[in-house]
Formats: sequence, C-alpha cells, structure tokens
Amino acid sequence: MKTICFYFQIHQPLRLKTYRFFNMGKDHNYLDDVANSTIMRKVANRCYLPMNALILKLIKQNKGAFRVSFSMSGLAVEQFREYAPEVLESFRELAATGCVEFLGETYAHSLASLIDKDEFVAQIKRHSEMIKKEFGMKPTTFRNTELIYSDTIGEIVAAQGFKTMLAEGAKHVLGWKSPNFVYANALNQKLRLLLRNYKMSDDIAFRFSDKGWSEWPLTAEKFVSWITPDDVPGEIINLFMDYETFGEHQDASTGIFEFMEHLPAVALATKKIKFATCSETAAAHQPVAVLSCPHPMSWADEERDVTAWLGNELQNEAFNKLYSLGPLVREVKSKDFDYVWNFMQSSDHFYYMATKWLSDGDVHKYFNPYESSYDSFINYMNVLSDFIIELNKKHEQQSRKRGVKSVKKVAECLA
Amino acid sequence: MRILMFGWEFPPHIAGGLGTACYGLTKGLAKHNVEVIFVMPHATGNEDQRFVKVVNASDIEAVYGNTDKELIPGMTFIHIDSNMVPYISPEEFETERARSSQSEGREITHGDVWRERYNFSGRYGANLMEEVARYAVVAAEVARQMEGQFDVIHAHDWLTYYAGMAAKQVSGKPLVVHIHATEFDRSGENVNQAVYNIEKAGMDAADKVIAVSNLTRNIVINRYGIDPSKVVTVHNAVTFGTDSWKDFERGVNDKIVTFLGRITYQKGPDYFVEAAAKVLKRLPNVRFVMAGSGDMMNHVVRRVAKLGIADRFHFTGFLKGDDVQKMFAMSDVYIMPSVSEPFGISPLEAMKSNVPVIISKQSGVAEVLDYAVKVDYWDVDAMADAIYALIQYPALGKMFARKGLEEVTSLKWDNAAEKVKEVYESVRK
Repeated sequence: MKTICFYFQIHQPLRLKTYRFFNMGKDHNYLDDVANSTIMRKVANRCYLPMNALILKLIKQNKGAFRVSFSMSGLAVEQFREYAPEVLESFRELAATGCVEFLGETYAHSLASLIDKDEFVAQIKRHSEMIKKEFGMKPTTFRNTELIYSDTIGEIVAAQGFKTMLAEGAKHVLGWKSPNFVYANALNQKLRLLLRNYKMSDDIAFRFSDKGWSEWPLTAEKFVSWITPDDVPGEIINLFMDYETFGEHQDASTGIFEFMEHLPAVALATKKIKFATCSETAAAHQPVAVLSCPHPMSWADEERDVTAWLGNELQNEAFNKLYSLGPLVREVKSKDFDYVWNFMQSSDHFYYMATKWLSDGDVHKYFNPYESSYDSFINYMNVLSDFIIELNKKHEQQSRKRGVKSVKKVAECLA
Repeated sequence: MRILMFGWEFPPHIAGGLGTACYGLTKGLAKHNVEVIFVMPHATGNEDQRFVKVVNASDIEAVYGNTDKELIPGMTFIHIDSNMVPYISPEEFETERARSSQSEGREITHGDVWRERYNFSGRYGANLMEEVARYAVVAAEVARQMEGQFDVIHAHDWLTYYAGMAAKQVSGKPLVVHIHATEFDRSGENVNQAVYNIEKAGMDAADKVIAVSNLTRNIVINRYGIDPSKVVTVHNAVTFGTDSWKDFERGVNDKIVTFLGRITYQKGPDYFVEAAAKVLKRLPNVRFVMAGSGDMMNHVVRRVAKLGIADRFHFTGFLKGDDVQKMFAMSDVYIMPSVSEPFGISPLEAMKSNVPVIISKQSGVAEVLDYAVKVDYWDVDAMADAIYALIQYPALGKMFARKGLEEVTSLKWDNAAEKVKEVYESVRK
C-alpha cells in the first residue's frame, strides 16, 4: 500500500505600486490595489473556485478516501477577505469535511527563518492563530516559505510544537536516499520530515502541458501506473505544488482539471494506493533515517538553494535593511506598522530582484511585474525608505509620550 | 542676418544639454536680429516656435539619385551594428534595392522610389550612422530649396556636421560648427574612430569653430589639430523661466544631495556614490539622489547596494519637465562630478534654484563660476568634505547659494548670442 500525500501552496503577495522618490515623506500607501484585486479575482475565477469545487466533489464522491492538505499565507488570506471572500468560504467548506488539513507557515510568506529567529517564531504564531480563527484547526505540520529547510530551522519549528515538517527532496541532500519515506530532523528526531517527490510533483505542475515531453499527454492511468508496481521503492509519494498549477500555470484547456477529477478513482481502484493528509502520512510511517541538512535548501530553481531570493547584492542589501527594523517594529507594536512590515517581508519582492537569468530565467520572468531586477530593487527601497522614516517618527512619538508619562509619575510621587 | 541651423534635438524633446543650449542660443540670437532656420530630425510640431522656424527634416523630399559622392567626397555608410535590418520599412527596402541595382550599373525605371520621405527617428539609436548620413542628404536638399534665404550655416555637434558640410557644398555659404562635446568627453580615451573622423571632417570643413569652453577649445586644437585662430570660445549661459517650484513642499526632513544627469562614464556617477558612502559614515541626516538614466545605471545601483547605503541613496530614473525643477527645489547641495564636461549647464540651473553646487575642475563651467566648490572628479575625499561642509555649516551653504544666484544671473544667453553673432559676421562673405 502506498500513500499519496497532496499538499497545495496558496500565496499571493501584496504587490507594490510604482513608488518614486518624490512620494517619500508624503505618500504612505504603498500598494498597487488595482493589480492586487485584479490578480486575485482572476486567479480566484480560474483556479481557487473551480479547484475547490472539484476537491469538494471528489471528497464527497470517495466518501473521505480522498484527502489533501493546504498551506495558505496570511497575505493570501488578507486578500481573500478583501477581494474574494467566497474563496475563503469555499475553503471553510472543505475544512468542514474533515478530509483537509491546513498547514502552518509564516504569516507573511517571509524569509525570516534565514535571519531573524524572533520574527520567524512570531510569524508562525500569528499564522497559526489566523488558521485557527478561519478554519477552526490548529496546524501541527509546518511548511516554511518556498520549502526552505535546514536542521536548525527544523529544530526551531519543532520547538513551536509542530510534529511534522515539509522539505524538498533535493538530490544534493538526499544523495542515494529516496524521498518516498519519512525522515527525521537531525537535531530533534521527534520532528518528522516529508520530502517532496520533485519528479512526480513537477510532472503535474510543470510538464503536464509540455507537448515536447515524451510522456505527454499525461493521464490519470499513466500516472498511477508509475506508482503501483511493487518494485517502486518507498511507502509514500509526496506531491507538493502551487495551487495555482490548476487553471493558472496549467490552463483549464490543458485538461488539468479532468486529470485531477479522474486521479482519485483510478488510484483507489487499484487498491494499492490511498490518500492522506500530511499529518496522517507522517504519523502512519516510522522515520527510516535521520536527514542531515546543515545548509538551507528550498524547492526553487535547479540549485534548490536560497539564491533565488538572496543571490545578489541587491537582494542582500534590501533583505538586511528590512530585517534590521525587526526590533523597532516589535517595540512600536502598531497594527498599521505590522501590516506594512508583513507585506514587505514576502519572499516575492526578493524574487523580483534576482539576476540569475539562465536556466530558470523564464520562471523568474513569468512571475515578475518589473522590467528589470534593478527597477524592482529601486522601487522596493523607495518604499522601505519611507517606511523607515515613518517608523522612526512613530517610535520617537511613543518615546516622547512615555517620557511625559514618566515625568508625570515622578511629579506625582514628589507631590 | 539669416542662419540655417542644424541641430539634433530641441525642447521639449531633449536627451541632454544640447537641446537646452540650442534653445537659449536661438532665443538670444533673435534678440540680436538674427533669424534662424533650425533643421532637426523628427520634429513633432509642439516645439516652442516663437523664436525659430522649425523645419521637420522628415518632411523634406530628397532626391536620392544624386549620390552621396557629389555631396561629400568619400562619404560612406557605416552601420554601428546590423540592428537596422529588422526595422527596415518597405520604403527603405525599395531604396536599398534601388541602391544595390545602381551599383550594378543598371538604371532604375520606377520614378517613385527616387523621391522618398526620410522618416528620422530623431533619437540616438542603433542606426545612428545611417541616419547621420541620410540627414546630410536631406540637408543638401534643404539648402537647395532655401537658397538665398540664409547667410551662414551653423551645425551643432558631430551628428549634424555632414549635414552642415553638405549644405555648404550646395550653397557655397560659410559653415560654423559648434562643439558641445567631443568624442573624448563621451568616451575617454576609447574613442569611436568613425565618430572622431566625422568630428574632424566637420571642424576642417568649417570656416569657424565655436567651443563651449576653453577646456573644449584646447581639445579641438590639440586632439583634432585645428588651427587655433579658427577656434573661438563662447561659454553657454542659462535661461530664466518662471520659478513656480520654489515653494515645492519636500517630503523628507533630511538634507538632500543631488546628482542630475545621464548616468554615463562622462558624468562620473561612481565618484558620487563613493563620496556619498563617506559622508553617510559621518552624517545620519542626509540623503543622496541620482536623477537620470544611462548605461552605467545598473552598475551604480549594484555598487550602492554593495556599500549598504540603499536606504539613503535614491534613484529617480530619467526626469522630465516639472520633475527637474521639483528636484532642484528639494535639493540642498547639487553636485556634478563629471570626468570630462565640455561645459555643463545643469549646475547653472541648480544655482538658479538657490542650490549651492559642487563641480569638477574638469568641467568647462568651472571657467565661468567663482561661487561653486571645485574639486577634481577623482578626489572622492575632497568631494565628501565639500558635501559635509555645505550641509554642516549652513552659513557656507547660504553664502554659496546667494552669491551663486547673483553670479548665474549675469550669465545671459544675450551675451553668448552676441559673441556668436560676431563669429557669423567674421565668416560672412
């Protein structure tokens, strides 16, 4: 018996508007509301709504035998609330079936795990509270932004009460080992690891519509036939991908929805495959080995490292300048400032600043609203510079107030 | 007196100081009763025509059949690269075909292909050499049609020298070429030989050469071997408009140090960045702005990121219209660290807006200014010192701003135009 573990990533960044030097000090609305709402409405109609409806149908049809997991960034949820509340409603319906798990992640889809432990932990908590509020369940499995994982990141996550964490089945980390087993974190062996089977995940997410691919067209029967034979090693197949694969990256005309519609029935009919959520999958299998991963890895690009976001001086500068603000933002404790602080952290901004245009350039370009990485850097820094000015002003105000208060207190004491 | 003037740009469509200078000069000439017929590629019709007659070169039909040889001996088409081919228009294709069959010694029978409208892009582009050459063909036609309507031909910068030479050949009128920049200013020692050749041919063919500074005059004499008696310096001036942006409200409280210009080797942008980094180590309340665009922009952005000062060093991209005045109005210090600047009008515009300026000693404008801090472009420490002083010692900054405004007010295009008129009179036959 083999287990297919589906996990879908849902994230939409809050895109910045063109913010010029002349706006600094005067204009504190940083977002491109039109782009954000338009993109959200478009993806909702092409992907989130039809795919949620399909999954709900499949769960009902298979009487609970079809199960999936979702991870949803706080920024995506904020935009659902604002621009597409019916999407959030349809996710709640899915949650109510009991066949769907919602994973923990960073609220802002941030890279905080790479630099600021306090911020990382704060965002995990914030996200878990949001999931609890929206869907009534507390996440027990964690997936970090872009599947970024290292031994120490895993250790931090375990300390937050998570039992399972997702990671990339990266060749340079796995070596000869197969991703089709459960592994354990090297520093805290209680934390179980589910590794993405990138070959089979990308067969659906990237290659599905590629007519030059030798396996095109991919059918549910063909896909299942790659899993069922007894000589296929392993116990689990982790299929992790962006939810936007369905209807957005792979257009509806490619037949991606029909493929998903048939897959559960075809797989279950073999009686050799079952579906499970991430927590169920991890709980049902003993870890076969400890996985050592001293350096952060991710699911991005050929390198499976973090150079897509922190690979050049522009990205490093923006990243360091942003995170130098962490202590001040946490001290100021203002909802308005937290809001900006969060959307400024989403990994997408750093992705737009990438200058590696070789093998993965196409993917980078596809997601990039800017003409060049330099444009995106300049725009981001303009916004950040204004945010820094405002943050310092607010902090000074607060200190002055506190100063006045303490003077008053002293005066009262003296009186 | 009537002048046939060949330029490449004119406000509002300008990429640099050449357009601004042409505008100021023609305005000044008008006051001295000099009529100017200004020929430029791709005029769009909304230029300020109060002072000049703008003739759109694209509207002149040239007889292409008179081969280039008759106009300028030894002229050939040089393509900088082959980019021209993908954008070739059907008309141009016909012309190309006509030319190639002509070289085979055959006669072309279709009448229409001989009379073509040459549509110039009017911008500095990949097929620049081609345009320069075709511009010359049109210039000859202009000169022929305008026969008897002008006394002197005046050509600005190398792009129009072939045009000036062609017009001279056709009309027999004297030619004045005006040097706003030489190839050595633009490219350092890595000169483009083709450009240099055109420049030298223009200067050789000219009856008088006007240089915008003594610095440039020396380059003309030493590097191009032009007879010193033929080369006259006429410094540029500055136009005073209504200064409606003086009260422009600035958003940030910090002091602002501004660089405004093309981000190219010639303008020394990297020295500005290094000086900024030095100042930022000492002063927390200052921001640096680089306004403009250019081929070194990405390099500069990377350097700023590497130095870790990107939250205090901002880029605005290319500024147009009011934004330039807004930028001056927001500035506390203006800096022009040019490696080589034949003149440099922008510091004058900054001074006009009451901004103290730092200029490199390697600029022509340094010859006419007393109330400007002058440093060597490579002396990053001196530059940082000057920025620090103008910001930290307000009395100094105020003094430079006040005296600078007086000084710049005395630099009038009227005076420059008078000198140019003297040049015209000296060559008029």
